[in-house]
Amino acid sequence: MARAVTQQRKIINTVLAWVIGLLIFFPILWTFLTSFKTEATAIADPPVFLFFDWTLENYTEVQNRSDYLKHFTNSVIIAVGSTILGVLIAIPAAWSMAFVPSKRTKDILLWMLSTKMLPAVGVLYPIYLIFIELRLLDSKIGLTIILMLINLPIIVWMLYTYFKEIPNEILEAARMDGATLKSEIFYVLTPMAVPGIASTVLLNVILAWNEAFWTLNLTAAKAAPLTAFIASYSSPEGLFYAKLSAASTMAIAPILIMGWFSQKQLVRGLTFGAVK
Amino acid sequence: MGGITLSQVSKRFGTTEVIRPLDLEINDGEFVVFVGPSGCGKSTLLRLIAGLEDVSGGAILIDGNDVSNTPPAKRGLAMVFQSYALYPHMSVRKNIAFPLKMAGMNKAEIAKRVDHAAHILSLTDYLDRRPGQLSGGQRQRVAIGRSIVREPQAFLFDEPLSNLDAALRGNMRLEISELHQNLKTTMIYVTHDQVEAMTMAYKIVVLQNGVIEQVGTPLELYRNPANLFVAGFIGSPSMNFATGLAAEKYDATTIGFRPEHLKLFAEGGDWHGTVGVSERLGSDTFLHVNIDGIGQVTVRSDGDIDIRYGDTVSVTPDPARIHRFDASGVALQ
Repeated sequence: MARAVTQQRKIINTVLAWVIGLLIFFPILWTFLTSFKTEATAIADPPVFLFFDWTLENYTEVQNRSDYLKHFTNSVIIAVGSTILGVLIAIPAAWSMAFVPSKRTKDILLWMLSTKMLPAVGVLYPIYLIFIELRLLDSKIGLTIILMLINLPIIVWMLYTYFKEIPNEILEAARMDGATLKSEIFYVLTPMAVPGIASTVLLNVILAWNEAFWTLNLTAAKAAPLTAFIASYSSPEGLFYAKLSAASTMAIAPILIMGWFSQKQLVRGLTFGAVK
Repeated sequence: MGGITLSQVSKRFGTTEVIRPLDLEINDGEFVVFVGPSGCGKSTLLRLIAGLEDVSGGAILIDGNDVSNTPPAKRGLAMVFQSYALYPHMSVRKNIAFPLKMAGMNKAEIAKRVDHAAHILSLTDYLDRRPGQLSGGQRQRVAIGRSIVREPQAFLFDEPLSNLDAALRGNMRLEISELHQNLKTTMIYVTHDQVEAMTMAYKIVVLQNGVIEQVGTPLELYRNPANLFVAGFIGSPSMNFATGLAAEKYDATTIGFRPEHLKLFAEGGDWHGTVGVSERLGSDTFLHVNIDGIGQVTVRSDGDIDIRYGDTVSVTPDPARIHRFDASGVALQ
């Protein structure tokens, strides 16, 4: 009897997981399908699902109208650059918070997180002015810095939780073994936190890749990443669903593929403390 | 050389005083054991010597040099932790070599020393394994290996055997004592296990509530405990105590008598009681006897004794081996 119930439960859970999974996946699938339709089929009512004349013309046109590779390169530089910069700053910060906490450490962590609660548009004006002043508008360096700053609280928080899992005794052993602070972080702490650092890096590359508010507001042509590339197909010239879908597909494909291959690492990193 | 002097050393965490100002002299080459119940401050004291905690007052001298403000890496001490604290991402070889690498030693010399340490500790076959692939005893040996390659001034052991099972603990105890005989380097060993303290130490430091209760050789502490605490803590099974009339007869507030200093008679002894549980160890039998007017005492008797639960017996302590204590618990001479 008990066995029958578990079996039934299992089936229900599986079906439920598939339904939820498909619901989440559906918009991406729809975008993907639409990118192969003509503009007319794309807005057809009732919508056409699979049986239409597949065409690649949207992709050729998108590539002809705007340089995909340039935007792609910009995205890579900005996402990877801001993540590396952020991790380099966050490792020592998280180290000190995890291993030499002061009375204020918890407050600082919460304060850092609170900056994420501020609507970004609230600081757009001052940051825009600062960027003009520093001649950082539409520059990859400027975007890398601003995305690093925006994601830094998350990077510090994630690394902090991973570092907290590392037994203090091991670091003390390193100190007794004659390691300087630098060697302790370089030879002992960092290698031990690799799974955590890797998932932090992955998650932040994804966040930075998908960031649209700052990239749209602070770039024009030179430093524009893929988010700006997609946006250029929306509103002003009317609705071009098929081309917008083609652009979107091209923009999300790289990060989707990266996420697919690294999902094991991501899950392992995100559950670092739970399953040691 | 590795003489260590503690002079009025104290430690506070916030407003809690964990170590009250204390003095202690550890001579070069001595095997000293800090022993006491959990929370007595023995580990804190070791960490103060190691430099992993800062002293709140007083000074720590190694070979006459004040090292109170010297970072742990520069004190020339090596430490073995309870959890072994091996580097899980490095092979055994790299673990043992780590302190030498930090000291900037050349590769040939490192390899020579690692091989030598591995040979002493029978780890040669495991050099390329990771700590995760070793048993508890092997891990502890790696931790010891990591500390001996540096040829430190002194070794600090923080309850190194408490994660091992009983049989292995016995072996490792011998190995560490053997190591001390060979190296003749100062060793400070922290444990809550008085058997480890008695069997390994040249000098035992008994601590309670951050205060040194007594310092002495194992037999000094066993024979002449300075107070009730030391009397009760050192010796296994622990000393029996009696107050009231039984003690007054000896002109003391409390008297103490060890299980091995009690004699059993069928009748005619000083005290009378009934036998409770008896623990038969083969070589000895520990009898728990309920004595009228005193309470339960433990009697050490021979392994083959024919006695049963509920038997009435008569017990007499050896008068020459009775420990007398005053009202404040201090031993009377």
